[in-house]
Amino acid sequence: MSAMVADTRAVFQREMSLVLRDPFSVIFSLVQPLVFLGLFGPLLAGSVDPAAIGGASPLQWFLPGVIVMICLFGTSATGSNLLFEIMTGSYERILASPLHRSSILIGKALKELAPLIVQAALVVLVSIPFGFKLYPVHVLAGLLLLGVFGVGMGAFSNALAIAARKREWMFWAVQQSLLFPLLILSGMMLPLEAGPRWIQVLGMFNPLTYIVDAERALFSGSFSDPAIGWAVLAAVLTCAVGLWVGVKQVARSTT
Amino acid sequence: MIHTERLTRHFVSKKETIEAVKGVDIDVAAGELVAFLGPNGAGKSTTLRMLTTLLPPTSGKAWVAGASITTEPALVRSRIGYIGQGDGAGHGFRVMDELVTQGRFYGMNASDSHTRAKELTKTLDLTSLEKRRVSTLSGGQRRRLDIALGLMHRPGLLFLDEPSTGMDPHNRANLWEHIDALRDRQETTIVLTTHYLEEADFHAERVLVIDHGEIIANDTAANLKATLAGDRIAVTVDGSDLAAASAVVATRGSDLTTSNGSREVTIAGRFDQGTRMLPWLLRELDHVGVDVRAADVRVPTLDDVFLSLTGRSLREESEVAV
Ligand SMILES: Nc1ncnc2c1ncn2[C@@H]1O[C@H](COP(=O)(O)OP(=O)(O)O)[C@@H](O)[C@H]1O
Ligand SMILES: [Mg+2]
Repeated sequence: MSAMVADTRAVFQREMSLVLRDPFSVIFSLVQPLVFLGLFGPLLAGSVDPAAIGGASPLQWFLPGVIVMICLFGTSATGSNLLFEIMTGSYERILASPLHRSSILIGKALKELAPLIVQAALVVLVSIPFGFKLYPVHVLAGLLLLGVFGVGMGAFSNALAIAARKREWMFWAVQQSLLFPLLILSGMMLPLEAGPRWIQVLGMFNPLTYIVDAERALFSGSFSDPAIGWAVLAAVLTCAVGLWVGVKQVARSTT
Repeated sequence: MIHTERLTRHFVSKKETIEAVKGVDIDVAAGELVAFLGPNGAGKSTTLRMLTTLLPPTSGKAWVAGASITTEPALVRSRIGYIGQGDGAGHGFRVMDELVTQGRFYGMNASDSHTRAKELTKTLDLTSLEKRRVSTLSGGQRRRLDIALGLMHRPGLLFLDEPSTGMDPHNRANLWEHIDALRDRQETTIVLTTHYLEEADFHAERVLVIDHGEIIANDTAANLKATLAGDRIAVTVDGSDLAAASAVVATRGSDLTTSNGSREVTIAGRFDQGTRMLPWLLRELDHVGVDVRAADVRVPTLDDVFLSLTGRSLREESEVAV
């Protein structure tokens, strides 16, 4: 176990050196959520009936959604880095090392999650003057939940990359065609309550819906919302199944 | 150090089964430097990738550095080093960062890893490149970095897949200095693949010739050449002396060939210890009144070995393939 933690740390540090050595990528990743919040937030406030979002302030409702979205974008795309490493050969070197196979996946997913803390902090700080009410402990719990979910998403993304290693285009085709339905059907951007019944039913089968609901509850200072229990289950399941599928794919990845 | 029993790997691609490696038996002792020599597609990389646990065998068994590749792959991985055919270093990373994390992957602590990385950048002439991104390095520089990555954790058994492919002659000589130095210190067992005859010939203690997934010869380069090819002496005489000269060459030589010039003819035969036989042959020819116009002893190369084993030339194939 401790070896696995050390391995994960080593992989994570390697991945982070990419981020830290390229400050421009950090700045860019900070600007993106701000733009989204700044442009989409007012639009949402003007077009959605406050009743559909449970009477919350649009900012309080929308901000957790943006944070889930950044997490989803980052972790679901992480496989493209792996694809590149498979093509150039460094992935094979890493596989030949004694690293735990799951550490390779977790370390890579954590790299996508680390900036999330900074991004979330920035988005929250910028939103406070506009009336966002901050519950720090709840927000931390929310980020932790997202972290567990994100490790699973990252593992799925890497598994997809390995499956698509002989037809690169397939990675993006599958990733894009899953990402947007998942995103829209979670009520992340617009409330599902405002949509037709069939949309709401589809949303119920989307694990992300529970994550988004729980994040909203947490960001508005509640630990007692039943959505949180379901979200923990959804996150843990995504993480466990993702790692299981991912490790299986890693074992098959050199043939 | 390595022992395999009928190690086999098939690939299925488009419903066709490719028998990449067909039941090879390999033994490598500690401290040896062994080269797999064979044309492209012979099964060299596939064999190496099975021995390094990257590829599970279709059938057969192998023990590498005291552990089974099928039941204890993690143990094997912790005891070996592997330098593959592709770029080992990630293109977006910096040279020094990749070296240090490689050490960490093998359980070294950060400061040991850093010290070792410094040591290797110095010996492999990478010091000035430590802060460079891998994608900006030349092919030769990348290959040197690959070698450094493979040596970070001081493996007792090192696999190298075509280490010198794509290097210019200067870098290649430099690389071999490092490999030979590792061998000379007797600390590292080295198994490498190459399709360059000269490398196998000059540097390997033992050569395993591999073709179509099978090991077709296994000996020192000197023995392979002596037993499978032998020296050839060629004498050029006047066309009218063909019969008389051939008769003399045939008394001790074998595998006679003749090639006709405009008026002269060259007769060649295989001899044991050609340089010692040449004076004798010239005396004998003089004795029967043949006027020798030119004479030449050709020491065989591993290409002649490959030619005599397969009827094909390795040199031509590798030039097309690279
Ligand atoms: N992943 C693979 N899928 C299908 N065929 C493969 C694969 N890897 C190797 N082969 C085939 O196996 C044979 C041996 O390949 P390889 O071991 O790479 O040869 P070498 O390294 O000697 O050039 C070749 O015919 C090659 O096309
Ligand atoms: Mg090869």
